[in-house]
Amino acid sequence: MAVELMKGNVALAEAAIRAGVEAYFGYPITPQTELLEHMAKRMPELGRAFVQAESEVAAINMVYGAACAGARTMTSSSSPGISLMQEGFSYIAGSEVPAVIVDVMRGGPGLGNIQPSQADYFQVTRSAGHGDYHPIVLAPASVQEAIDLMGLAFDLADQYRHLVFVVADGLIGQMMEPAEMPPMQPLRQERPDWALTGAEGREVNTIASLELHAEGLEAVNLRLQAKLETIRAAEQRSTEILTEDANLIVVGYGTAGRIAQTAVLQARQQGLKVGLLRPISLWPFPEERLSELSDRVQAFLVVEMNAGQMVDDVRLASGGQVPVRFYGRMGGMVPVPEEILHEIVTVYEKLITSGV
Amino acid sequence: MATATMVEEQVVYQRPEALNDIPTHYCPGCTHGIAHRLIAEVLDELGVRERTIGVSPVGCAAFAYQYFNTDGAEAAHGRAPAMATGIKRVLPNRVVFTYQGDGDLAAIGTAEIIHAAMRGEKITTIFINNAIYGMTGGQMAPTTLAHQRTTSSPTGRDVALTGFPIRMSELLAQLPGAVYVVRRSLHNVKEIMKAKQAIRVAFEAQINGLGFAMVELLSTCPTGWKLTPPEAMEWLEQEMLPYYPLGDYKVADDVAPLLKKRR
Repeated sequence: MAVELMKGNVALAEAAIRAGVEAYFGYPITPQTELLEHMAKRMPELGRAFVQAESEVAAINMVYGAACAGARTMTSSSSPGISLMQEGFSYIAGSEVPAVIVDVMRGGPGLGNIQPSQADYFQVTRSAGHGDYHPIVLAPASVQEAIDLMGLAFDLADQYRHLVFVVADGLIGQMMEPAEMPPMQPLRQERPDWALTGAEGREVNTIASLELHAEGLEAVNLRLQAKLETIRAAEQRSTEILTEDANLIVVGYGTAGRIAQTAVLQARQQGLKVGLLRPISLWPFPEERLSELSDRVQAFLVVEMNAGQMVDDVRLASGGQVPVRFYGRMGGMVPVPEEILHEIVTVYEKLITSGV
Repeated sequence: MATATMVEEQVVYQRPEALNDIPTHYCPGCTHGIAHRLIAEVLDELGVRERTIGVSPVGCAAFAYQYFNTDGAEAAHGRAPAMATGIKRVLPNRVVFTYQGDGDLAAIGTAEIIHAAMRGEKITTIFINNAIYGMTGGQMAPTTLAHQRTTSSPTGRDVALTGFPIRMSELLAQLPGAVYVVRRSLHNVKEIMKAKQAIRVAFEAQINGLGFAMVELLSTCPTGWKLTPPEAMEWLEQEMLPYYPLGDYKVADDVAPLLKKRR
């Protein structure tokens, strides 16, 4: 496959198609609409299912249905639409069926605006629906990474029979970058044995998140928690640069992480020993790596396009060993490298005692 | 010495294969059981039990997926038509039905049922209209009649404040995607037989790929209505039938031949 110039939203859609998505259900919302539009064109021409739903609520429940039928299925939306889908997320998690959700985050709260944001961090990692669970959450920082993570998202969803989010922001969704698509995977021919396909020659299958007896529902939750513990141990992902000798490590994901990388390189030019840790999985948070790094750095600086939602995770993973500072922009404002650099220098001068 | 003659016994009535032999949680005198049986008989007669997927509602029939001997799912409140859409779109050769009450279909799930019908989803919906929220203990439903007392309309439904009961069959019949929309009742044997015929047509419409089909079934809720089962049957006939006339609200041209087939 050749490298092509691709828009993030289109790349996410085409990557899902290459990964064998059999059914897409969505509702238009800026800044993710190109994803839906690409699906509207491509899915029917491939003989796959596409439905523009009457609402995000309906879209996620269509995903729930298709997932119960054993299909690779997905929806995409942006922040206000993700709020509306919370009901469906919870039923999908409770029923343990696989589904992939793309959230191209925008500024909030409320209707907010359509500019890039990371303000859904809490929503996707902590409260994507009622009940005790976390979805798996993957955060790309480029169009190429968005493509790569879409394929991974479907594999993880199937492997764990769980909800997997790919969270981008309006910037990654809207920008064009050179990227390479993976080859087309054939559609899965066999349905999983748990799927609802009609009980031909077998006992019936039922899928529900309903369990009226407390003992029974606790058993369901214990099984779910055991699965999440497996995921937590096996699926922490992050990337890093210049952390080997760093005194200060900047922690940022997605677009904020990418911009922070430029600021880290600029800081190095000034002789500051600064590195970058970019979480790729937001849940499970890469706590093992962050914990290791906290043994040998003097401070962390968290950079996000929100009010500091990942700060909690960084503090938890670093166990209070070192100070955790925060710099962020909100409401759709995207930080430029210079303002992050300014923050790096300020924190460095204040907190780093040696090695300048 | 008399000669014993062995008469071979002939089974004239038995539990349909599509209905599981387990106790249900339905109240005595409630017509959900009749509706279940009619659906199961139709699935058996059409020979589609092994390719049918049922979608249960939230409400009294939340456990319907345990009672039907078919593959089944339990939807979120009101979302059964959306869930059924997801299933049917990836398994177009299967038979997919939703079973929904009036709170589920006519209140919280109004958007989902209207748009499933609008899209002409090839699914069958069985709509139980008993003019009340049964599962939560007898609150006012969108279908609750004017002046009807419920726990959330304790002095009787005041239409000036709460609006008039919604007639879903009449409403959905307006949509071109809906090919068969009828209202039947379960209050006496004659109407039950007619209800079964309608359920059969509604499934055949789906199997023939014609579009969305719905059978609304007027049903009793003796517990919620605070009546004995016989009184509930009478109340349905006297109070519900005038506001919810039985009849065929939509029979598309393609569906009409299905009505003429003699069984």
